[in-house]
Amino acid sequence: MHPAFSIIFFTTASGAGFALLALLGLGAPLALLPASSSFGFTALAVAIVLAAGGLASSAFHLGRPERAWRAFSQWRSSWLSREGVLSVLTFLPTAAFGVGWVLFGTTGGLVGLCGIFAAGLATATIYCTGMIYASLKPIHQWHNSWVVPNYFALGLMSGFLVLDFLVRLWAPHPIGVPLLTFLVVLAAWWSKERYWRFIDTTSARSTAESATLLGTRGKVRLFESPHTEENYLLKEMGFRVARQHRLRLRRIARLAAFVLPALLTFLGLLFGGGFGGITAGLAVVSAALGLVIERWLFFAEAKHTVTLYYGAEAV
Amino acid sequence: MTSLPESRPHQKKLGLVIDLDICVGCHACATACKEWNASGHMGPLPDFNPYGDGAWGVWFNRIHSFEEGEGEGARTIHFPKSCLHCEEPACVTVCPTGASYKRAEDGIVLVNESICIGCKLCSWACPYGAREFDADEGVMKKCTLCIDRIYNENLTPEDRKPACVMVCPVNARHFGDLGDPDSDVSELVARRSGGDLMPELGYKPINKYLPPRSGRMAPSAAAVAASAKAASTGDKLLRWVDRLLSR
Amino acid sequence: MNFISHVRDYFSPSEIVDTSPRISDEVKCTTCYMCACRCGIKVHLRDGAIRYIEGNRDHPVNRGVICAKGASGIMQQASPAKLKQPLRRVGERGSGEFREIEWDEALATAVEWLSPIRATDPKKLAFFTGRDQSQSLTGYWAAQFGTPNFAAHGGFCSVNMAAAGMYTLGGSFWEFGEPDWAHTRFLMMFGVAEDHDSNPIKIALSGLRQRGAKFVSVNPVRTGYSAIADEWIGIRPGTDGLFVLSLVHELLKAEKVDVDYLGRYTNAAWLVVQSPDAPDDGLFARDEAGAPLVLEPSGSLASGMTAGVAARLVGDAALPDGRRAVPVFQLVAERYLDPGYAPEAVADTCGIPAATIRRLATEMADAAFEGEIELAVPWTDWAGRRHETMRGRPVSLHAMRGISAHSNGFQTCRALHLLQILLGTIDAPGGWRYKSPHPKPAPPGPKPAGTPQQVAPGKPLPGIPLGYPLSPEDLVIDAEGKPFRIDKAFSWDAPIAAHGMMHMVIQNAWKGDPYPIDTLFMYMANMAWNSAMNTAETVRMLTDKDPVSGDYRIPRIVYSDTYNSEMVAYADLVLPDTTYLERWDCISLLDRPIGSPDGPADSIRQPVLAPDRDVRPFQDVLIEIGARLGLPGFVTPDGEPRYPGGYPDYIVNHERRPGVGPLAGWRGAEGENAGRGAPNPHQLEHYVANGCFWKHELPEAQLYFKHANKAYLETAVTMGLIDKPEAIVLQLYVEPLQRFRLAGQGHGSILPPETHRERIATYFDPLPFWYMPFEEARIDRGTFPLHALTQRPMQMYHSWHSQNAWLRQILGNNRLFVNRALGRSLGLEEEDWVWLSSHHGRIRVPTKLMDGVNSNTVWTWNAIGKRTGAWNLEPGSPEFRKGFLLNHLISELLPPDGGYSHANADPITGQAAWYDLRVRIDRVAQGETEIIAPLLKTVGHPAGLSRRPGILRYFAGRDREEVGQ
Repeated sequence: MHPAFSIIFFTTASGAGFALLALLGLGAPLALLPASSSFGFTALAVAIVLAAGGLASSAFHLGRPERAWRAFSQWRSSWLSREGVLSVLTFLPTAAFGVGWVLFGTTGGLVGLCGIFAAGLATATIYCTGMIYASLKPIHQWHNSWVVPNYFALGLMSGFLVLDFLVRLWAPHPIGVPLLTFLVVLAAWWSKERYWRFIDTTSARSTAESATLLGTRGKVRLFESPHTEENYLLKEMGFRVARQHRLRLRRIARLAAFVLPALLTFLGLLFGGGFGGITAGLAVVSAALGLVIERWLFFAEAKHTVTLYYGAEAV
Repeated sequence: MTSLPESRPHQKKLGLVIDLDICVGCHACATACKEWNASGHMGPLPDFNPYGDGAWGVWFNRIHSFEEGEGEGARTIHFPKSCLHCEEPACVTVCPTGASYKRAEDGIVLVNESICIGCKLCSWACPYGAREFDADEGVMKKCTLCIDRIYNENLTPEDRKPACVMVCPVNARHFGDLGDPDSDVSELVARRSGGDLMPELGYKPINKYLPPRSGRMAPSAAAVAASAKAASTGDKLLRWVDRLLSR
Repeated sequence: MNFISHVRDYFSPSEIVDTSPRISDEVKCTTCYMCACRCGIKVHLRDGAIRYIEGNRDHPVNRGVICAKGASGIMQQASPAKLKQPLRRVGERGSGEFREIEWDEALATAVEWLSPIRATDPKKLAFFTGRDQSQSLTGYWAAQFGTPNFAAHGGFCSVNMAAAGMYTLGGSFWEFGEPDWAHTRFLMMFGVAEDHDSNPIKIALSGLRQRGAKFVSVNPVRTGYSAIADEWIGIRPGTDGLFVLSLVHELLKAEKVDVDYLGRYTNAAWLVVQSPDAPDDGLFARDEAGAPLVLEPSGSLASGMTAGVAARLVGDAALPDGRRAVPVFQLVAERYLDPGYAPEAVADTCGIPAATIRRLATEMADAAFEGEIELAVPWTDWAGRRHETMRGRPVSLHAMRGISAHSNGFQTCRALHLLQILLGTIDAPGGWRYKSPHPKPAPPGPKPAGTPQQVAPGKPLPGIPLGYPLSPEDLVIDAEGKPFRIDKAFSWDAPIAAHGMMHMVIQNAWKGDPYPIDTLFMYMANMAWNSAMNTAETVRMLTDKDPVSGDYRIPRIVYSDTYNSEMVAYADLVLPDTTYLERWDCISLLDRPIGSPDGPADSIRQPVLAPDRDVRPFQDVLIEIGARLGLPGFVTPDGEPRYPGGYPDYIVNHERRPGVGPLAGWRGAEGENAGRGAPNPHQLEHYVANGCFWKHELPEAQLYFKHANKAYLETAVTMGLIDKPEAIVLQLYVEPLQRFRLAGQGHGSILPPETHRERIATYFDPLPFWYMPFEEARIDRGTFPLHALTQRPMQMYHSWHSQNAWLRQILGNNRLFVNRALGRSLGLEEEDWVWLSSHHGRIRVPTKLMDGVNSNTVWTWNAIGKRTGAWNLEPGSPEFRKGFLLNHLISELLPPDGGYSHANADPITGQAAWYDLRVRIDRVAQGETEIIAPLLKTVGHPAGLSRRPGILRYFAGRDREEVGQ
């Protein structure tokens, strides 16, 4: 599938943003985070900017962005619509929560309840994002039970990494947050590796034979494409990346998204203070780079059944 | 409305039947579709860089050609593909705005261009490649089953068929109600064991494909036996000596 | 309520679709022009623009269907490659530097150039047309001008088919005959890709499938029709003749021959003189009246033209002078019963297993004899005898370019006709039927005009300079026996070059052999590209100058075309033509008609749109020039233009013979005559009212055995199709060939030069035989082990469609298709680039492996590659950098044989032997660029062409509500 940068940015940024929102919405009422309203303001602002920025970016992917307001209407059937609705709904309790925390300096009681709602809605939003991809049957690399957990894991991981960094600006020696961050990074890593193993070792049930109703006489091969040039289908869904290239990118993603952040987070946990702040910050940057590459691969390594009509033997 | 319409009794399911046994790959249906729709319901169908490198355009119907097998018994198949107007089209349910919809009265899947936001998700959801993005207008377009022909009072009844069906020189394309077991197309499908493309995905396409008939390339046993008998020797010229012609 | 309905619409949007939109304000019928099929079309116009083009359901050719090309007419009309103004060259040829001029100047220039030629030496004008559906007019014009140097493109296209058929049957394959689609049970097609008569073939194949008839396709490549055939025979190119004669061998052995049919309709019983070294050896033995003799059972001789005479098929006849003669059939049987034609003997050469050949012969015989059919239609034969039924043998053949484009194509096509005749299938129910205006007499007339005695300044020729020579006396040669035409047609190089040899014109004109010419005048013939062998050399010849005078060796080139093809830049005067939607035109019985077996038909084109640029239909221009030159056929006795209304005036008022004009329908003052009648001033209106065509349905009793059907023959005379109601005898043995052969053996007063004697004596065999194609025989077959062919794709017609925005998306470049097993043995991957070489040159091309191709053959789509600078396509277009021609590998001449280089052509007709090409494959070196080679320098183009749009948003009419822009 063609990796569009606006979509890559959208899923990584808003994944991080909504996850962070969820963490704030849960963590603050449970008094696991710095209580100061300046922290609340900063953290919520970062979360909202990431979430909203991601959403806005996704609008650039649209052919008619000025009509994006229509996308909230078909939540009964469409995961994309649901994601849109939930993402907007999330901002309502978030706003209340933010007002309560930042302006009134409280995270308990009703404000806390808003926070928990916001967390719930943010989680549901991430779920919907994952389901947009996981619900697509023609793409075996997306239509499997690894995709939604991965969205959660990676979103959560990026949320935690940002949180870890932000927390350190108010609380120089945190324990819980970095510890959880570290564990989540490892979990996300494991989850991603399993996903890669899954797509490397399995193919869709659909084949060139089932796509054409042919095959009784032997293997089906493309003889002539309908056009000698490209067309929309190939541009959008015929993207191919060479094996060497993708393995190299995976290595970089592995390093940048998991290995380095895990290491850096651990170091931050050990040492704390200014050093911890720097390591946490670097972890965020590294993870951001790694996740962009991971997400790029998520698209680039995805094969659509339409390519079975254009010479692919399996997807 | 992107929820699927409720199924009605005697549900009309309009669609096409494509006969792979006789398609010669002439592309007439592809260009007839293009010319009809260019100025039709979803027109224009733009072409980008049409006189240069990498020319590409919006087409609703395309002709692929495949080879099946190798050596003795192998064959070449020409394969037209356009929207299959599935019974359970994910392209409809994934649409966030309701622009993509399936008509309750006849099952045709259409795009309401005026509300489409061009998110392309429907084209991802379609396993067959039936959905096209018009990069000029920013909306999705697709085969309309010639909705502007099949009920058109400005056409004679015999012309109220999709352009691709009207044009096919080998009669490889058929149009009708596949929800009616007594219709011509349903009988054709039953007789020729027509099937669904990628049935394992569960989209329940309405369009059916008729497979190439098997055993075509092999001669009959009787002919083989007869030819073995014919081999013999002797001076054949002598046999003609007594034969006479008459003008 | 408003708010609620808005909310409802938001969550449950619905669309009101206009299911009865206005389609068009106007529908005009005309005839398509994308290929030589000439389907009837209906062009729907909306707000003055083309809304839609569809097939005309009532039209006899296509009955409502249309192909990809016809359906893309909108883009043909919209192409930015259209020429817009007459042009006069100012820079060097090929530079594209032109001055736009007005028509007055263009016409005056043409007249200024042509007038002195006519007044001094008319043959210095070489007038050759590629788009040859106006041959009746252009050939007539050439004859009026007085030049013998005229032909259309048949010489490099299909003359082998035409000539073999005409000399044998008075009809031919291609679009002049067709299988009896309604009744045939077994169809065998040879060398047919998408080609002429395309849509009718498609309709018919579908019908055969419905009826359960068997369709066998003999073709090295398995695409298109061959893909849907019941059986595909992947024959080795150039060996079809051998395969067919092996079938004949089997049929003769099994005695599955229709003896009755041979007796009644053919020359099978005619006696052939057997007197070696006599000047009439091998000619028919004739009585004093000139009638051929047959051998009666008693041993006496009788006239072979008398009805009811019983004659022997085999036997020795004693002629009055004591010499021996034998029946034609005996010669046929002796030759083809020879073990050399047995399936085992030919299997390896043809690449078809012997068992398959044997089985196919059996199936054919079964279908013909056991499957004999009878139509309950009484008819009367030429001798006045009534038959109660029409009996037929439902086996049919069809053949095209794959047979013709070989140096053995004529004899191969003869072999096919022989097979058809032996089975008794010519114009029999279920067999192969003539399409009107055929059958014509066999051997055919007329003879070619333009002999030295007939060419003089200011004098028109007595007839068209093309025809059918029957003996050396009919050749167009000078007193020394040297060629008199610039293309050397009808000389000893190619005695029966019935369609001329356009592909030799440029080379001969450049060489000044047999003489230099003054002006080359061409219409729609892309000789600077895909219509030339040896393309790069041909281009060089067009620009080559005489070192002494500094003039171009071909001094003047006048060219007419609609689009900026590769040829335009080499012209000195460009006369831009209209598109097919902007003109009057006629598809005439005098030309390449659309007649069917059920009766004559013809059609017209009418202008659907007015040109938006300063172009004129070529035919109008030609008639105008003819009038200004004072050509007798184009001016009245007072010297006024005879057809002031241009081509439509000519179509209606021209009479080629009394009462016979270009169009056969609605003749006579009231439009009451069919075929023959006075010009009808309202004739074109009748055509337009009838969908732009005319069809005459013959009565049932005249539909078959036309060559011997009394009522038909009389009808044909009445309609002006033939001159006399005489039976046409099918010629198993073609005597005219023997006359040439005798000259080759040294008999007679007109003899071929020494260099040609053996060749004439060998190949002018009155009975078909197979020989290895010349190029194959002369090159080292180990060095060049593969055959190379082209095929025309279904969605493009020669070079006519790369300027079409829709069609070029489908096919913007071509690949060399290689058999997968062969490819693997050469170490090729699925889409590698290779060097392809012949004895003449080499090209670098992209490949694709495939299964369905003869294992010794490579092939590609025809004419997709274009030259940078032409067709108003962007530089960098795939047609230029990835599309290629095989033409660069093909030479007009064969490797020298004993010091003399014969033409790479059929020795009888001069047909260009495109498909004789032999090649080798070598992989490209690592890292070599993936661009085709050779890449000719960019050719210049006229400055005034339209701008190429970056986005095409074609939409007819502006009543569409713009969608939220």
